[in-house]
Amino acid sequence: MQLTGSEIFVEALKREGVDTIFALPGGVVLKIFDVLHQQKDIRVILTRHEQGAGHMAEGYAKATGKAGVCLITSGPGMTNVITALADAYMDSVPVVAFSGQVPTALIGNDAFQEADNIGLSRPCTKYNFLVKDVKDLAQTIKEAFYIATTGRPGPVLVDIPKDISMEKGEFHYPSSVSIRGYNPTYDGSRWKIKQAADAILKSKRPILYIGGGVLFSEASAEVKELAEMTHIPVDMTLMALGGFPGNHPLSLGMLGMHGTYVANMAMHYSDLVIAVGARFDDRVTGKVSEFCPKAKVIHVDIDPTSIRKNIHVDIPIVGDCKRVLSELNNILRATVNGDQKEQRKPWWDQLNAWKHEHPLAYEQDPKGQIKPQYLIDRLYHLTSDRDPIVSTDVGQHQMWAAQYFKLKNPRTWLTSGGLGTMGFGFPAAMGAQAAFPDRLVLCIAGDGSIQMNTQELATAVVEKLPVKVFVINNRFHGMVRQWQDLFYEGRYASSYLGQTPDFVKLAEAYGAAGVRIADVGQVDDGIREVLSIKGPVFADVPVYQFENCYPMIPAGGANHEMLLGDPPDLKKPKGTHPTGVQADSDTILTA
Amino acid sequence: MEHILSLTLENKFGALSRVAGLFSGRGFNIESLSVAPTLDPSVSMMTIVTNGDERIIEQIMKQLNKVIDIIKVVDISECDFVERETALIKVHTRPEDRAEALRIADIFRANVVDSSPTSYTIEVTGDVRKVQAIINLLQPLGIKELVRTGRIAMGREPIRPAQAQSRPLAKAN
Repeated sequence: MQLTGSEIFVEALKREGVDTIFALPGGVVLKIFDVLHQQKDIRVILTRHEQGAGHMAEGYAKATGKAGVCLITSGPGMTNVITALADAYMDSVPVVAFSGQVPTALIGNDAFQEADNIGLSRPCTKYNFLVKDVKDLAQTIKEAFYIATTGRPGPVLVDIPKDISMEKGEFHYPSSVSIRGYNPTYDGSRWKIKQAADAILKSKRPILYIGGGVLFSEASAEVKELAEMTHIPVDMTLMALGGFPGNHPLSLGMLGMHGTYVANMAMHYSDLVIAVGARFDDRVTGKVSEFCPKAKVIHVDIDPTSIRKNIHVDIPIVGDCKRVLSELNNILRATVNGDQKEQRKPWWDQLNAWKHEHPLAYEQDPKGQIKPQYLIDRLYHLTSDRDPIVSTDVGQHQMWAAQYFKLKNPRTWLTSGGLGTMGFGFPAAMGAQAAFPDRLVLCIAGDGSIQMNTQELATAVVEKLPVKVFVINNRFHGMVRQWQDLFYEGRYASSYLGQTPDFVKLAEAYGAAGVRIADVGQVDDGIREVLSIKGPVFADVPVYQFENCYPMIPAGGANHEMLLGDPPDLKKPKGTHPTGVQADSDTILTA
Repeated sequence: MEHILSLTLENKFGALSRVAGLFSGRGFNIESLSVAPTLDPSVSMMTIVTNGDERIIEQIMKQLNKVIDIIKVVDISECDFVERETALIKVHTRPEDRAEALRIADIFRANVVDSSPTSYTIEVTGDVRKVQAIINLLQPLGIKELVRTGRIAMGREPIRPAQAQSRPLAKAN
């Protein structure tokens, strides 16, 4: 069957089961858009910026587990999507991005809107392809989806020159692919798994440390079985939230820089760390030389480069988390003897003591301003029965959301962990909403972060993506201000945003709804009002501006050296703001 | 410590820059690199000489294995191996030095591949110490230009006792 490159593209996407793509046209991809326009199977969501398209594809992928797809044009279209590709690469999100390219005869000619898409994306994709012959297009697309979704997932870019999209070629869609340089290991070594089982049975103070890999390999059930069978406490990374129920009695919550006291103490004093699909990121380990000093380490990961990259591992197991854990569970089920709960009692007594010593806590503001933690806590309680999908931007609000929003199910948490991309949350929420039109999708954002992608309000309105955005508005880059409080003697260099836009009017200007929740007594009613609105909503929530996020392990500190609240010598607000505004909460809020 | 890595990789555009980008992006050092197609034109062999402690080399090996265009990675320096490098050395020669230059070339079994009234271009092949030794000897005469190929290396074939040769060779490597 002879088809044009554009028709091959659309047919191939259908064979891959793609139902939605996030796209923004331009000169060299017009033919592809023209073919997309004449079919009904694939929904094309027109975004207002290519970064938005990339993050929406990520949100779609994280919520569904399928590859998220975006289509952008050459030159600036490509450079704009780079941030989203880098984000997806860091967080192992399966995204397949298609970029237009100038005609093959013009490549390297500094043609209009030309960029070296392959060179630009090489360090931030798992793999990339330049299609130089229409005969190769179908095979390339098949390989792109295969690479993006298998092994440790990641973004793949396919660069399609304009002439390739116009030329005709024979269409054959391969049913399978084999790439000789790419053979992920799925089954862990049985011998190592046996060693791991022995180590678990021998250990007195074990801890499960699970990461995003648990979600990608759909291993939540296996983690739960392992934890419950052996009565081992579970620490989650930021990326793993939802991979184990946050309200489960064995959950210690998130660990790391802003993790709970008990989660970090448990790591530090454990004698066996069972790391599953996690990569010992510096935000988790703190000071590497003092990380888990007494512990043996078992590390299960599909990516061999993650193992022994940052810390020494005693029992490395390369393999898919789900397969390795179910094998491990099989061995343990046959060998576990006695009452595990009873055997682990001394460890749990210690854990419970830590839990009660320093639970997550905040105080209400005496002047009646809303505390950000309170808003998130109430949002959690008022929506938990609806199993919402929650996205966040990056900063203080992200950490509070991670601490207080206890997610129960996998694929309900969309956040930018590795790259820390402000502006991720809103478009990611829209991508998830496009996949699940009937579910409640919340976006918890900061006033700094949200301003990096507000143009997508137009997309949300036109495409009817009714995400509910809560802007935790402190008129600061809050996390920057917190570090300036703690490490720069309160000099707020370029962290004060001053006059932030009126987010209610901004939403209304785009045709969305805007709600302001300004009074601590109206938080519940305000949240209910937002939830009752059919379309997309921006809820502007002015909060107490100087709240800092604790616990906190200062960068370079060890895991047991947590700051649990503002140090006594921290006087805030401090002095006069560089803009001349007295840095007093009341003045700034009413400025 | 120095390591010689032998890579089998797809002979595709972009494959070399994936390897180079991996090293530069992670701050690993490339001492030398040489690459050319093999008998199978779809596959290239690349020899990389690099430095690093055990942990860095382990990471380099793992990261190289992760590159999709790379089919196989071997740390040649972990086994018995032969290595060769070729250098072209253009030596400035005053009339009274010309015989000396030829003598040095002769000692190292090097060839003169180009000659002018004031220079010789000498081709030398050998392991890295030999190439360095002739460079050191020629330097006092005045080296005008120097080009080195970078090292290539290959593992030595294990030698078995003669009577063992009739056995199946399934476990030869």
